[in-house]
Amino acid sequence: MSTAIHKSSHGSVHESPKYKGKVLPLEYTSHEGPLNILGFWIFLATDLILFGCLFATYFVLRTHVDGGVTDKELFDNITSFTAETVILLTSSFTSSLAIFAMRNNNKKRLIGWLIVTVILGLSFVGLELREFIEYYHEGYTMSRSAFLSGFFTLVGTHGCHVSLGIIWMISIITQIARYGIDAINARKTFIISLYWHFLDIVWVFIFSVVYLTGVVS
Amino acid sequence: MLDRLKEFASNFFVTGEPMIYMSDVAIVLVSLAIIFTLTYFKKWKWLWREWITTVDHKRIGIMYLISALLMLFRGGVDALLMRTQLALPNQHFLDAQHYNEIFTTHGTIMILFMAMPFIFALFNIAVPLQLGARDVAFPYLNAISFWMFFFGALLFNLSFVIGGSPDGGWMSYPPLTELPTDPGPGENFYLLGLQISGIGSIATGINFIVTILKMRAPGMKLMKMPLFCWSVLASCIVIIFAFPALTIALLLLMIDRMAGAHFFTMTGGGNPMMYINLFWVWGHPEVYIVILPAFGILSEVVATFSRKKIFGYASMVASLMVISIVSYLVWAHHYFVMGASAGVNSFFGVASMIIGIPTGVKIFNWIFTMFRGRVRMTLPIYWTMAMITCFAFGGMTGIMLAAVPIDYQVHNSYFLIAHFHQTLIGGVVFGLLAGLYYWWPKMFGFKLNERLGKWAFWFFNIGFYVCFMPQYALGFMGMTRRVYTYPADAGWTSMNFTSTIGAYMMGVGFIFMVVQILYSIKYGERDLTGDPWDGRTLEWSVPSPAPEYNFAHIPEVEERDAWWEMKQKGQSLVQLNHQKPFEPIHMPNNSGRPFIMSLFFFIAGFGLVFNWWWMGAVGLLGVAVTMVLRSQERHDSHYIPAEEVQRSEAALGRF
Repeated sequence: MSTAIHKSSHGSVHESPKYKGKVLPLEYTSHEGPLNILGFWIFLATDLILFGCLFATYFVLRTHVDGGVTDKELFDNITSFTAETVILLTSSFTSSLAIFAMRNNNKKRLIGWLIVTVILGLSFVGLELREFIEYYHEGYTMSRSAFLSGFFTLVGTHGCHVSLGIIWMISIITQIARYGIDAINARKTFIISLYWHFLDIVWVFIFSVVYLTGVVS
Repeated sequence: MLDRLKEFASNFFVTGEPMIYMSDVAIVLVSLAIIFTLTYFKKWKWLWREWITTVDHKRIGIMYLISALLMLFRGGVDALLMRTQLALPNQHFLDAQHYNEIFTTHGTIMILFMAMPFIFALFNIAVPLQLGARDVAFPYLNAISFWMFFFGALLFNLSFVIGGSPDGGWMSYPPLTELPTDPGPGENFYLLGLQISGIGSIATGINFIVTILKMRAPGMKLMKMPLFCWSVLASCIVIIFAFPALTIALLLLMIDRMAGAHFFTMTGGGNPMMYINLFWVWGHPEVYIVILPAFGILSEVVATFSRKKIFGYASMVASLMVISIVSYLVWAHHYFVMGASAGVNSFFGVASMIIGIPTGVKIFNWIFTMFRGRVRMTLPIYWTMAMITCFAFGGMTGIMLAAVPIDYQVHNSYFLIAHFHQTLIGGVVFGLLAGLYYWWPKMFGFKLNERLGKWAFWFFNIGFYVCFMPQYALGFMGMTRRVYTYPADAGWTSMNFTSTIGAYMMGVGFIFMVVQILYSIKYGERDLTGDPWDGRTLEWSVPSPAPEYNFAHIPEVEERDAWWEMKQKGQSLVQLNHQKPFEPIHMPNNSGRPFIMSLFFFIAGFGLVFNWWWMGAVGLLGVAVTMVLRSQERHDSHYIPAEEVQRSEAALGRF
């Protein structure tokens, strides 16, 4: 795309250039925008397969407890993982509100909702860490049984993704604060929100496949 | 203190073999020579500015190519050592442990550090030019991919002199490769080297899918795209769906070894079959990842040198896509004998045979393209014809192996070895060499000498059959893979000896190739037109080597074989230069960060190999910092002014 679009794209969705009669959202208006967004969708596909392999491994090893703790006994603290679920689902909602604020060109609200999302993400990671530490003190470690290896790796990989997302989101918040809502920041914010929703979906599967299945088995 | 240092060094460095000491000396001397040359000619800055920080797809392609050829050399030396050991019965040229290490590194290097960078080299060199694009979709990510591959390969190869080589076979099956049965850092080198370069491969897959979907010249509909681009698209789709499984297989085995987990152990409820499944869910698609681009190359070469449109374009596209889908459904044929039910084995056996159908379609299409064409007998077409013949027969022995009852008889015998070498050398390597000769003038601006190339061709080809045909027979005679020696009365001596002769002939062929390249650098025929083969696709419409921005004006595409059609109508890009005004061109900035970030990955990997957690932490922290710096980067591109484009086109004699 030409220079003109590149330079004139510091505005809200209403000022965006038209493309085949359609008004494009701001994040699609730069040359890199559509490329990066499509590339990120494809990356999410690879990440989905990565989690798929971890889920498959967990499912194969779920009953391989080697005489140790089973999933039913391990997940007795229902409040803890339910709270994690509620918090993460809410954070997905607030990240959507952030995008909504971005579309309305409201910088303050955008930053506000992103900060709320980060705080919710941090509380999620905190609760998960607390859960892991609790298990550790009860002697349920990765090296106890194949089931526990699978559990810690699957849930831990998701937790690492969330932690990385938090660092990334903070980095984007600082840029919005400095440079406002422009095509570059809109693209970055849109992509991190895709990532955040993706992690939420993965968690829904962890919640149902790991925790709920464990509790009712 | 001194004693402790001595003890550390004797564990840290590989010792005890005269060959290793010789290699140590050679490595130190070569490194010193490189450092001296760069310093003496004051080339450090040039190296940093022009190559290490580059994001130009053409230069990245050349770096991939050089790495691939170096790794072909190393993997080839491994092969010759093995064949020397097996030439006669009861030899002690290599001991059992050393032999294990060598077949492990040979397989791993040839697949992951030779074939993969070789296809990536040709992706990078040809795809953007064929599409009429100025670079790939994500040039910065492209540089990361290369450096991740580079440092992954470096880490893996270091095991040769530091710590000890991996010895668990190229698939590295647990429980053998778990800590109790395989202590020492060798296996860790394997896990981390592959993991690091694997991240780069996934990134390349994403990059080229987006490039092909989004960066085509105006008018180039998908069904007007050159077939090589189609094959790259198919290959990249397989990459993004297959590589995450390898990532997980390697990660879980690493967690087993480093954190005492029980994914694949025999105790604690572990299940080694899980690794084998995850590995082959990647591993079988992997062979299609490397063969599909070779199919694409052949389609370009036969059309160009027969001066005909490719026969059956649509069926070529369809067969590529069918192969890329069915390739996911065949992985269990690597372990028919491991106790799956008859139903499971039948499914995977039939699926494996079905792949023969689209492959057969392609082979017939190539033959029909040449049929009644005026085939010009150049090096690319030589290798193409060799590939069609060799691969067809390799495919047939593949059908034999896909039949479960036959597989029970010849499983893990030399029959299998001969089969997959015939498809991987006769298919992938021959195809990639055809591509190398075909696109060499585009990369470097001169042709490779035909006469030396034909010597290389005949040595390599005849050597191939002399080497591998006896191995089919050896398989039937009961010789299994990975035996490091055999008794004199087994009756295998003459076949093994013949096979070794063939291997050395292939080695001679490789030497001829090296001589050919060195000779042609000085005396090769220069390509001044940019179109030395009278080509059909857009890469031949620009000068050789292409300028930094590839196309001063992006051409409008109306037909398949866009450049051929333009030539038929008497058009060229030079006319465009006169008709349209020059405009500033948007280009990505160079960056040293991909190199530095991958270097941190290497540091982390090296630390983890020896369980030096502090070093692993330092490395990963460096990775995180470079990633945050990238996230904070806002302007990573610049414009080449219109006058400069005009000057550069004029200097190329095109304005």
